[in-house]
Amino acid sequence: MTERIIQVDALARVEGEGALYVRMKGDMVEKVEFRIFEPPRFFEAFLEGRDALETPDITSRICGICPIAYIMGACQAIEMAWGLEVTPEIAALRRLIYCGEWIQSHTLHAVMLHAPDFLGLHDAIQIAQAQPDLVRQALRLKKLGNTIMEVVGGRAVHPVNTRIGGFYKAPDPEDIRAMIPELDWGAEAARALVLAFAKFDFPQDGTDYTFVSLVDRERYPILQGRIGSNRGLDIDVTRFNDHFTETHVSHSNALQGRMRDGSAYLVGPLARYANNYDTLCPTVQATARDAGLGRVVTNPFQSILVRLIEVQYACEEAARLARAYVPPVPAHIDTPPRAGVGHGITEAPRGICYHRYETDTEGRIMAAQIVPPTSQNQPQIEEDLTRVVTANRHLPDADLKWRCEQTIRNYDPCISCATHFLKLRVDRD
Amino acid sequence: MADPKLAVWKFSSCDGCQLTLLDCEDELLEIAGKLDIAQFLEASSAVTEGPYDISLVEGSITTPHDVKRIKEVRAQSRVLISIGACATAGGIQALRNFADVAAFTNRVYTTPEYIETLATSTPISAHVAVDFELRGCPVSKHQLLELITAKLAARKPRVPTTSQCTECKAAGTVCVMVAQGFPCLGPVTQAGCGNLCPSHGRGCYGCFGPKLNPNAPALSLQLADLGLTPPQLRDLYHSYNAAAPAFDTEGRTHD
Repeated sequence: MTERIIQVDALARVEGEGALYVRMKGDMVEKVEFRIFEPPRFFEAFLEGRDALETPDITSRICGICPIAYIMGACQAIEMAWGLEVTPEIAALRRLIYCGEWIQSHTLHAVMLHAPDFLGLHDAIQIAQAQPDLVRQALRLKKLGNTIMEVVGGRAVHPVNTRIGGFYKAPDPEDIRAMIPELDWGAEAARALVLAFAKFDFPQDGTDYTFVSLVDRERYPILQGRIGSNRGLDIDVTRFNDHFTETHVSHSNALQGRMRDGSAYLVGPLARYANNYDTLCPTVQATARDAGLGRVVTNPFQSILVRLIEVQYACEEAARLARAYVPPVPAHIDTPPRAGVGHGITEAPRGICYHRYETDTEGRIMAAQIVPPTSQNQPQIEEDLTRVVTANRHLPDADLKWRCEQTIRNYDPCISCATHFLKLRVDRD
Repeated sequence: MADPKLAVWKFSSCDGCQLTLLDCEDELLEIAGKLDIAQFLEASSAVTEGPYDISLVEGSITTPHDVKRIKEVRAQSRVLISIGACATAGGIQALRNFADVAAFTNRVYTTPEYIETLATSTPISAHVAVDFELRGCPVSKHQLLELITAKLAARKPRVPTTSQCTECKAAGTVCVMVAQGFPCLGPVTQAGCGNLCPSHGRGCYGCFGPKLNPNAPALSLQLADLGLTPPQLRDLYHSYNAAAPAFDTEGRTHD
């Protein structure tokens, strides 16, 4: 039988360094590896002995695209360890800046990194040559996300105004209010992008995923809720390690997350949407319906639509929060450090991001554990690749390779996060 | 004449400095009109062969493979600019330089023999000649645009090497160390972030690295007077630019 190898040595349009290797013997897929060769950075190890107050700033450096996910997970965990509760005003401001991160990260991925796959183009600059208005709208939307990060957090990459207990300085109400007209525009612009992208020719694909996300009955989850799934999981954040585990495989510098029974699961927009559809605003649900989506989306190639639906949600939610903004007084809650264990979990743009820290009586970190979304999605990405390669084995190598890369980009993998990630090779035998 | 060819390269990093280029939303299409973006893997799957007129390099060198790769990048680049604290000083991951990497690997990874890494995280300049170093964790968007514009015009970029204090004074920000007693690395840190931390009511934590000729020992005395313990002083210097010589040395004196 002939061996066929599909290989990509350095994946493009992903954050960080990854590769893909697929080996086939006849019609059988023998091996699929989503390889993460981004070098390891050892965050958990060098946090040990540092002041817990440093954890939000240090862990934000895991990822330049989703720093808020790390900042907020670290804050939640240390605050739990020290018995600190933030005020509703601080919680609302945290939700507002997190909306900014969703808007900039999702728009960057959907329009600039993922859309070129559906248009047969290499990048957003090529899209701009054919559809300049589309790219200008997307850039304006992305900028809006960054503006929220800057107004609330001081800067878009690695914000400085966030801290354990809240914020260094409460943003000026005028600066918050000034964003409202653009947020109202953003919700409309995101809806227009969903409807435009809904016309893409989506490959037929899908499976019965285990969707894991935060679940909250009141509001679409960002910083709050229990950990839940479409298979009945319903646990508190403190029980994360009882149900999920990380294993180390030779082809990846990132640990791979699995359920305790060894099965793969999916985190991110598809999971959040399926588990929390009812809490989306009616206007956002209307966009999903108009784009032809049901309450559950199981075709991973349509994740681009769900991501943009979440951008619409994040714009509407940020506008609501901005209209209701009351500066927190004080801007942060102080508390003396104590020995303790704390857990934090939030919905990063790519899915749940879990933190666990132990502190000593002086507030130093004794142990740290960080589980980013891309680590958790790796086994599911490899299962998706096996399914997609099997279904598309008739394609010539170049087309199959493209389809494989697209399958990986469905997850908006953040490789920098995963190594706190990969290269494609397909061997056909 | 053909547009100058720009390449963007990544080594060990968080991607935030490359992202800063994509964050130039108002200027990105204009930049793309004046430069041939020949290699930028995070943004495009189109790759044009070198040589390149300008290479922007993000990230630090942490693996044997990257030691070889940066030499290949240099060989193909007319001008090589390192961007950000990882590329200019080794980044936060240079905290490994003060520890036993085998112990780090054992702590984070269950099967450490799968991991290939060097004992140190080093800046690009430790391996190849660098034409300009742009500081920051992350770099400033305005400085990045100024640098690209200057290189296109073949002039010297206007990037100050004075201290953070000069930005506070220019902005009229009241000194957080003098007025509020907050520990601040501003006096020894290079300007460029736009006076961010002090204007938000916190001390500078040094993400732009040491200024030209810093007097860190004198600042440490002042910080000790504010009540910082030696381990706190060490950690203040040993963060995002831990392996920048001035911060490396001063941090070690408090170990």
